[in-house]
Amino acid sequence: MQCTVGIDLGSTTTKAVILDLGGNIVGRGITNSRSNYEVAAAVARDEALTAMRFSLLQRALDEAGALGRAMDKPLGDAFRLELYLVELTALQREIERLLDQPAHAKMRDVLRPAASDILAEMTRTAPELFAPGAERKSDFFRDIAGAVFVRLAENLCGAPQSPVPFERLVGLYDRAILDVETRMERRDFASLLDRAATRVVPRDPAGDQLRARMVQVGRTPIAEVAFVGTGYGRQTLPFPPETVRSEILCHGRGAHRTFDGTRTVLDIGGQDTKAIQVDGDGVVTSFQMNDRCAAGCGRYLGYIADELSLGLHELGPLALQAKKQTRVNSTCTVFAGAELRERLALGQRREDILAGLHRAIMLRAMSILARSGGIDNEFTFTGGVCNNPMAVKVLRELVIQNYGEHITVNTHSSSIYMGALGAAMYALDDHRQGKGGMMPMFAQTAEAA
Amino acid sequence: MAEAPGKTAPAAAKDDSQKRQKDMIGAHFAKLARAKENGQKVVYTFVPGNLTELITALDLLPVLPEINALQSGMRKKSAVYIAEAEKAGHSEDVCTYVKCDIGMLKSGNIGPTGERLPEPDLLLLSYTGCFTFLKWFELLQQEYHCPVVMLHVPYQPDGVVTPAMRQYIVDQLENEVVPALEKLAGKKLDRDYLAEKLKLSAQAEDDLVWVWESARHKPSPIDGYFAGVYYIGPIFSAFRGSQDAVDYYRLLRSEVQARIDAGKGPTTPDGDLDDQAVRLVVEGPPNWTSFNDFWHMFSKEKAVIVASTYTRVGGLYDLGFRHDAADPLGTLADYCLGCYTNLGLPSRIELLAKYVRDYSADGFFINSVKSCNSFSAGQLLMLREVEKKTGVPGGFIESDLVDPRYFGKANIENRVQSYLQMLHARRDRSLSQIPARTTAGVQGVLS
Repeated sequence: MQCTVGIDLGSTTTKAVILDLGGNIVGRGITNSRSNYEVAAAVARDEALTAMRFSLLQRALDEAGALGRAMDKPLGDAFRLELYLVELTALQREIERLLDQPAHAKMRDVLRPAASDILAEMTRTAPELFAPGAERKSDFFRDIAGAVFVRLAENLCGAPQSPVPFERLVGLYDRAILDVETRMERRDFASLLDRAATRVVPRDPAGDQLRARMVQVGRTPIAEVAFVGTGYGRQTLPFPPETVRSEILCHGRGAHRTFDGTRTVLDIGGQDTKAIQVDGDGVVTSFQMNDRCAAGCGRYLGYIADELSLGLHELGPLALQAKKQTRVNSTCTVFAGAELRERLALGQRREDILAGLHRAIMLRAMSILARSGGIDNEFTFTGGVCNNPMAVKVLRELVIQNYGEHITVNTHSSSIYMGALGAAMYALDDHRQGKGGMMPMFAQTAEAA
Repeated sequence: MAEAPGKTAPAAAKDDSQKRQKDMIGAHFAKLARAKENGQKVVYTFVPGNLTELITALDLLPVLPEINALQSGMRKKSAVYIAEAEKAGHSEDVCTYVKCDIGMLKSGNIGPTGERLPEPDLLLLSYTGCFTFLKWFELLQQEYHCPVVMLHVPYQPDGVVTPAMRQYIVDQLENEVVPALEKLAGKKLDRDYLAEKLKLSAQAEDDLVWVWESARHKPSPIDGYFAGVYYIGPIFSAFRGSQDAVDYYRLLRSEVQARIDAGKGPTTPDGDLDDQAVRLVVEGPPNWTSFNDFWHMFSKEKAVIVASTYTRVGGLYDLGFRHDAADPLGTLADYCLGCYTNLGLPSRIELLAKYVRDYSADGFFINSVKSCNSFSAGQLLMLREVEKKTGVPGGFIESDLVDPRYFGKANIENRVQSYLQMLHARRDRSLSQIPARTTAGVQGVLS
């Protein structure tokens, strides 16, 4: 099966979208950008290819009748579990390697059995994380495994007379996860799928037949015929020039495809805010970005979350519980942090201050929107920040207030993928014009596959 | 392929005319360095509305602080000079040309050729459309304790120069400026000599306009902004009205003619730009501290600048104005009134739109500099209006004149690239066949 790949290397997350040659989305993947864009690009693409294979698989399961359809969800969960176990093995290996280093000589005898016990327990309880109905706050291995590791380490180190120092044990994890994350390992989809299928498909003739069909689909050759990279990291990665597009073009096009009436797009990413005007074909007609200063971007919220020792995803829901909106004057991220601390010290509610901070960030965005030419009819909000419900609420209010009730405001659960989607569309254009380019490292792995 | 961060673009190769200009400037600064021992008097003045012929007709030597500041920016000295001025109490929001000049003064007043600049004997505030100019010379007056002569130039809000406006300037020249300069020079102004100089000015101006308008060719033989700032060097500084300037522009014209004959583009940091993918008009001054990097952002994408408003700050000769030897003071009045920054927004919008049309530009680009409100105020409005009038898209970035802290290379490059790719995408739209919305062939993981 032939496809095109778009990758959006954001400052916080890296996204990949795959289109078939008819322009249909057949896979997408996301990963944290780490400090290594090359690995992030490879991982996001791998995730998207996996999702694409699952798309194909789902079609095969549908065709296989009731048993196949019943297998859809359990198979997906079992596959994620297998992936998790592969990463867990890599983590174990890395921790062992670190423990062999001289730095751990003194504490080695204490740390090794503790780490070993925790990893054994993590492996044993891993299926619970992917059981039906289990909720995961993140899809990234570092977050899921990190939460479990820290909880088990707390239990172990908190026991009376425990000789294991908590900081050293968690420090070991923190160090190991960096290497696990930045190592590129090729996954064999078919064998992972086979192992997942073994977990969930009944062992009877009908089940055996279904499993065989699954493995066959898992081995369907996939040919990536064109690639386009976009996003902040494109400056850092050695993309061939013909495969690079600006994120302005890609976000505009991706958002327009998702909401074809849209003429104005606001994208708030980790470190920049873009207001983009597009025409009826999704081609950018003008744009404005934050200049000189990144205040009011996603990192602003990240910084505030750190200040409050909260997860990024917790900010919005908490702010929604505000009884009133505290006025926050600082647009500088660091000063806003200082203002936050000051107001907390004055006894103001955390929720109210957070509501004010969300308003401050959105007022910055409104200014950039105005500079780009404002909003006439339909407006789409994209980027990581649109996963924050308070950000969306405040923006919606401000847009209506400034541009009128008639404005349609769109957000989409997949808004974070708009840049990668636009990139994949440009890759498809390139392919159709006979000039599709590939990133060298992907071309090699595609050949190997 | 992405470039290593921190790598600086090479400078463009130098033409003979550029070498000649360098020699002219070198000779002028050498004269300045020896001015005091030779008993020559020195007049500091500004580029817009400069009265160079009048100054040199009285054998006075002009110094242009703005040009010193931009030269300091190009020579990577401005950061230190600005810091020096900030130490002396000038805030971060003050124009960085001013701070760079004050800092240079406080660091020994060493000019671009490495020789010390003489102190002024007179500050000639020849143009007042920029309010900062007034404050700048107030500061210099406090430092040098020399007289200031002010020529008030009425603003042209609606693009119309009335006879009264013109007479108002002529009267000031006659009654205040000329007497002050004569007093400094210790002699009467020889009006015939001034007229001779004005005649030479017009000759050089003819050739300069020819060079500007050569950009109508495809490929354009010149870059009308980055190379353009070199082309305007002699005529906007100390050389207007001199035979040197006439000779320089004749040489430049012959070089440009040779390029046209050979079907060649201009010399850029990326070599000769013969294959030109995009033609642009630019509004606003360049950034001087990263000048080659900024140019390279365009030249590497095969974008050529066919016209710019910055290169008209010292005179809008392509709208027909020439210095007129028959009416020396009247022509100087017309010149001062016609400065680009003396025009209101409607006139500036008209001019940009005219350049877009006359030079068949694919787009226009605004570099909005923090320091210069004369340029920057209203530029977003200009952007929208020029888009409306011409139908071509505008791009917008923000930087500064000579404060390197306000040139974020990665961010600016991102915007320039995005803008140029937007132009390409608009051109290629007909090739795009992807339906606006498709129903995913398979669901599940996609929802």
